[in-house]
Amino acid sequence: MGEVSVHDMAAAVARRSYGKLVAFLSARTRDVASAEDALSEAFAAALSDWPLQGCPANPEAWLLTVARRKLIDLGRRQQSRSSMTEQLRILTDSVDQALRADPQHTMIPDQRLALMFACAHPAIDAAIRAPLMLQLVLGFDAAMIASAFLLSPSATAQRLVRAKNKIREAGIPLRVPEPEELPERLGTVLDAIYATFAEGWIDATGTDVVRRELASEALFLGRLVVELLPQEPEALGLLALMLHAESRRPARRSATGDYVPLAEQDPLLWDARLISEAELLLLKASTLRRLGRYQLEAALQSAHVHRRYTGRANWQAVVELYDALLALSGSPVVAINRALAIAQIDGPVPALAALQQIADDARLREYQPYWAARADLLTRIGAHHEARAAYDVAIGLERDPAVRQFLQFRRGAIEKK
Amino acid sequence: MSPGRMNQSHAPITEDSHMQYLLILYADPSGFAALSAAEMERAIGAYAAFNEALRQAGVLQGSNRLKGAATATTVRINAAGKTEVLNGPFADSREELGGYFLIDVPDLDAALAWAARCPGARYGAVEVRPVWARGS
Repeated sequence: MGEVSVHDMAAAVARRSYGKLVAFLSARTRDVASAEDALSEAFAAALSDWPLQGCPANPEAWLLTVARRKLIDLGRRQQSRSSMTEQLRILTDSVDQALRADPQHTMIPDQRLALMFACAHPAIDAAIRAPLMLQLVLGFDAAMIASAFLLSPSATAQRLVRAKNKIREAGIPLRVPEPEELPERLGTVLDAIYATFAEGWIDATGTDVVRRELASEALFLGRLVVELLPQEPEALGLLALMLHAESRRPARRSATGDYVPLAEQDPLLWDARLISEAELLLLKASTLRRLGRYQLEAALQSAHVHRRYTGRANWQAVVELYDALLALSGSPVVAINRALAIAQIDGPVPALAALQQIADDARLREYQPYWAARADLLTRIGAHHEARAAYDVAIGLERDPAVRQFLQFRRGAIEKK
Repeated sequence: MSPGRMNQSHAPITEDSHMQYLLILYADPSGFAALSAAEMERAIGAYAAFNEALRQAGVLQGSNRLKGAATATTVRINAAGKTEVLNGPFADSREELGGYFLIDVPDLDAALAWAARCPGARYGAVEVRPVWARGS
């Protein structure tokens, strides 16, 4: 086996096994940081050892054995801390048990879901949950996470350390919640995955490698949750939602790189394979009969797919789904989209009236889509002066240059009327 | 043993994972003072029941209700080495420290589940703080 392929294999094992090994090594001690330290040394050892010795038959068991040795070294260095030594005893015991139980094909129990619940625990700062999950479950380093989420690297590293300390010191369990608490607790896990996807989604063309990867990693995590909790309709709903969104990627920019809004996308460019996978997931979710936010949002995406076959989205279904979503979330963002769907059926006047109902919400002052929606509707009723003012605010708030250019073009088009 | 944790199928059984947490109760005393006699009786009954539930579950390590912040005196030694004694609580806020429960449970989730059952979470707020283990 050549050096490159061994290196690739180590990288592949890293991607598949990192979270599994972190979860396994910290399941009882909750000391995720020490588990990571030991693993990073084990992976480094693998990269120098495997090309010479060949890949071990069971790479995970090999990594675990090396990590165990590293943890013992780590413990010797910190011997003054007796609880640490005690934790190490527990840890080495469990590694030994796992290796003894099945020396040929060590089955490392998959506790990644438990790890994800610890990362997205309500006692962890909400803003760091998604980054923490990327780090502990997928092995992203802090610099990469910071660049993907547009955060400062030093602040991100610090907040990740703080969150890991909190898991250990406050005793946050690495445990999948009991069925009765699951629906409530699952929400924070799904939200963190969706936040990851949304960050990746901002890079429409997929040219920014780090952010492009975020979307696919979020899909990976979404699939993992569905695989481990196949009876949770919201987990199915989130995966369906992400797949629907992902299916649009080829249509989001024109050949010249210009932003194309959903209503003007060519539905034939949407990825049919992803759409049918999403539709199947949503169908399965609906048979479980527990409706929630992500299923509704996926259903909305599904109503747009209608256009692929009939030439027109099912706007009546869209408005009804937004009604349900609004009742569930009370979110002004939902209200904006609902107003735009109303415009498709009843025209701009009732849509503006619907938008007016949320105009006092302070959160909307810095929310670009609100101003863009307002501008579009005002243009359509001929209120050109107000429309231009609303476009100005929207353009000023947008960070994506392609979207900014699109808004500028729309604003420019008014002047010609 | 702990609330809502009958099924341990997902969690590794850990002989070691026991932690102490202090449930620290904060409340606005004027809210309590405004209760009618019947409501007051219900509130006191709720605390007694909570205390009993903790005891029955074998997690209670200690508990006390404190007298009002108006009875507090704060002591500190200043930079010159002189002892200062001041009338009043350390932190002067509308919500005051009113009591605590010290519990011994497997993890934060168990502690949070008890905190949510504590009547203090309804009359004010309950802060959950892990206690340093001895020898660490």
